[in-house]
Amino acid sequence: MSELLETGDNVRCTLQGSSCEGTYIASRNGMATVKLTSGYNIGIPIEALTKNGSSEMTEPKVLEVTQDKTLPCISIVSTGGTIASKIDYRTGAVTSQFRATDILNAIPGLASLAQFRAVQLCNILSENMTPAIWQQLARAIHDEIKAGAQGILVTHGTDTMAYSAAAVSFMLKTPVPVVFVGSQRSADRPSSDNVMNGMCAAKTALSDLGEVVVVMHGSTSDDSCAIHRGTRVRKMHTSKRDAFQTIGQEKLGNIVYPSLEVTLSPHAIRRGASELILKDNLEEKCGVVWYYPGMDPKILSAWDGYKGIVLAGTGLGHVGTEIISKIQDMIASGTMVIMTSQCLHGRVCDRVYDTGRDLLSVGVIEGEDLLPEVALVKLMWVLGNSKSQEEARNLMTHNIAGEISWRSAE
Amino acid sequence: MSEDYAALGLVAGIEIHQQLNTKEKLFCRCPTIIREAEEANGEFFRYLRATKSEMGELDRAAEEEMMQVRQFRYLTYDTTCLVENDEEPPAPMNQEALDIVLTIAKVCGMTPVPEIHTMRKLVIDGSNTSGFQRTALVAMNGKLPGGAEIETVCLEEEAAQRIEDTFFSLDRLGIPLIEITTSPCLHTPEAVQETAAQIGMILRSTGRVKRGLGTIRQDINISIREGARVEIKGVQELDLISEVVRREAQRQVALLEIREELKKRGASIEKTPVDVTSLFSESKSRVLKNASMILAIKLNKCAGLVGREIQPGRRLGSEMSDYAKKCGVGGLFHTDELPAYGVIEEEVVSLKAALSASPEDCVIIVADKPQRCQCAIKQIIRRAEMAFEGVPKETRKMLEGGSTAYMRPLPGAARMYPETDVFQVRVTPERFADLEIPEMIDDTIARYMKEFGLTREVARQMAYSERRSAFEEVIASGIKPALAERAFNSTLRELSREGILITRIADDDIKTILCAINSGDIAKEALSPILSALAEGKKPEEACEIAAPKVTENELTLIIERIVTERSDFIRERGNAATGPIMGVVMKEVRGSVDGKVVNQILRESISRVLKTP
Repeated sequence: MSELLETGDNVRCTLQGSSCEGTYIASRNGMATVKLTSGYNIGIPIEALTKNGSSEMTEPKVLEVTQDKTLPCISIVSTGGTIASKIDYRTGAVTSQFRATDILNAIPGLASLAQFRAVQLCNILSENMTPAIWQQLARAIHDEIKAGAQGILVTHGTDTMAYSAAAVSFMLKTPVPVVFVGSQRSADRPSSDNVMNGMCAAKTALSDLGEVVVVMHGSTSDDSCAIHRGTRVRKMHTSKRDAFQTIGQEKLGNIVYPSLEVTLSPHAIRRGASELILKDNLEEKCGVVWYYPGMDPKILSAWDGYKGIVLAGTGLGHVGTEIISKIQDMIASGTMVIMTSQCLHGRVCDRVYDTGRDLLSVGVIEGEDLLPEVALVKLMWVLGNSKSQEEARNLMTHNIAGEISWRSAE
Repeated sequence: MSEDYAALGLVAGIEIHQQLNTKEKLFCRCPTIIREAEEANGEFFRYLRATKSEMGELDRAAEEEMMQVRQFRYLTYDTTCLVENDEEPPAPMNQEALDIVLTIAKVCGMTPVPEIHTMRKLVIDGSNTSGFQRTALVAMNGKLPGGAEIETVCLEEEAAQRIEDTFFSLDRLGIPLIEITTSPCLHTPEAVQETAAQIGMILRSTGRVKRGLGTIRQDINISIREGARVEIKGVQELDLISEVVRREAQRQVALLEIREELKKRGASIEKTPVDVTSLFSESKSRVLKNASMILAIKLNKCAGLVGREIQPGRRLGSEMSDYAKKCGVGGLFHTDELPAYGVIEEEVVSLKAALSASPEDCVIIVADKPQRCQCAIKQIIRRAEMAFEGVPKETRKMLEGGSTAYMRPLPGAARMYPETDVFQVRVTPERFADLEIPEMIDDTIARYMKEFGLTREVARQMAYSERRSAFEEVIASGIKPALAERAFNSTLRELSREGILITRIADDDIKTILCAINSGDIAKEALSPILSALAEGKKPEEACEIAAPKVTENELTLIIERIVTERSDFIRERGNAATGPIMGVVMKEVRGSVDGKVVNQILRESISRVLKTP
């Protein structure tokens, strides 16, 4: 029976003498999903179904959004993610299926703020991002700004949004706001944060800002969104709306909702302060090693041949004495090793304890207050754009895109 | 009106929602406890908006809720979590709750759904932080002993409790709820009420449902021939159900009569409202004087009909007003009821003149901010046009007394969307077969009467009591049923009537007291004072000590000797007949701490000694 059924077919379900009618949706592992006339879905063994009539399903209508030509121009570069996701009957879970234009349909208020150009770069959940896509993303944004966009919106899954924002921060010097935005609750629910985040992000893209940022909910209430620097932001909660936090710095500003009033902090880089420059080389042979007590030095051998390693060390930036000689070997064979801290908050200092001093003496570079994943992205970019180890070492210890603060305020 | 419901073609069905008494909520691990608003530990607010179904449609009811952008506030507690806040995906479905629902399905002879899919039912009135209620169809096609057909049984999550308007408390959100839906198989108001009572009895028979006001709610679906299906939400009192059905039938009859009258008169509705703001700039009606806009619409040849009563306390005008209120306005005025509310005759005359209305016409006005006014007048025109069709399909809410008001359009299947965060649950035939069917309370009552010799009323009280299982346990352990009933029911009822907080008395403590009575340590006469002491928070031993201090046989003999000596004249006068009255005196003094039989024996001996001495 199953091979004859198509999504939308009317079917009769017979179960232990009782029966009901519904619409066939899909089947998996011998169980068919049937939508009853009441709207409820139920799972029924496929052999309990008989076809009653053919598909009456119509394609959901896609409304064309009319754009106001007098408004400033923003480009939306879409990569996928929860902000534009809906049910996938193939897996039964939520996936990203929308095109960039669907975002305008999903967030009706956007069209009153600006005219939008849509670029669909990819349509993936952000855990499937790669450095190669970061590069495409930086190029696409570059091209859009060059073509006259007054701001860029990047829709992105939240899981690795901070990595991508950091990557673009290093690859691209921008005169206009490049705003990463996502949502923590899927767009197909009435309580989704996609509308508020999207509106606040669009307003930020029109603001006086001139750097790469992430705009997401500022609290659990629908009261304001926060603007985070792309190189200082981190997803600090698996599911809450205000999961994104700026670490070790003041955030760059906020947007009040629903008035959409944008306030920028004094340290936010302003529109036009930088010229548009793209430097999109990345050295992908880089990795992060999370140290843990008793870690077997042999594990590090897996990283042999890598050009750069970020260590997420303990406390001030330590690893056990046991593995220092292996690190020494790696550095000797040309791997650049940067120390960061699992504490996330605070600065690395390897000059206080013996193990720290030993690490410095074998050539480990202190990663200042770099977040481990930002250090990784930076290392990729630095190694991809340096002519010598010395230059790379120099770049790693200097601030390039707001990733290092020289004074610890908290 | 006619009482012949068969002639009216009355068709009704009922939906019963009952909270389940589970340890945890349906999709999170929070306890199912109701809290006081003062105990809240936090607050947040959100906006909601309608989303399309997976078929790409927008639900009518949700669309109407969206006419106003509203901010919803929520109170959180130390017994609520991120799931209620819509800040964390739901946990897997609570299997304890599912077992209760499957058990009830089994009682009703239903077929379980082989694989249960949780759905999101769009509800954007703020009562769910997510904007939807999670609900799953668990079983289909059953029948009650009385013949009523049960169409479906669903397992749902309870909505947040509304504190006021757009302000909610999250303690109730997520408590498991069973929804039992009958087919439209009921044809009289009484049948609807009886069916509701029967379903209520089945629910209570499981012993696993919540009790108290608000834990059970009935929705009634009803129509008459040529009328339309109307769903009345939230009928809480069982006794009002038949009245609600009667009044809805009456309303539909009245609306059909109005339809005929409109046709007969050749009535019509103007399409374009007239701005009459200036007419009321000096009005004594504050609403009209202060309004930034007043719009009027003329209903041709409708005079008298807008003001006609269609249900106790409800007119056609009330229906139009309900529709207008969706736009945020306070209500409307119509010429069938004017002059009144501060509007004077001259104003009515000039209003009618402004719209060129004849005495046969009716004029309706709304006053508010321009945007709201325009929205409201459109709604009024819409509802007025519906009067030509007869009865609109609607969701309505119950008002005090059993009349109803318009809530929103009937929702359609478009409001259902799969809950993608919850895995489907397979219900194996073995699981269903293994479920134990509880004894139905009706059968329990009969058994109590037969086995324990209780009267029907007392048996009924005991069968519905929360203390029923403790009651049966003590009888099984050898306590006499009459005594057990007194301890677990009658005495508690008496104390409760005296204002004593009997909920503080634990079943186990009552058991302890009953054991003491059974072993002769305490007299059963002491039951009432001991229970009151327990209600004050005393431990069983303390309660016995206070209410019935231990009296040794020696002490008892001395007490009896004293009392008998004091009353020796009385004894000589009455002889053995004095035993009864003196028994009372002694029992009062020992406050029931000694078994009456023992007292009686010593007393008789003592009295006979007195009678023997000259």
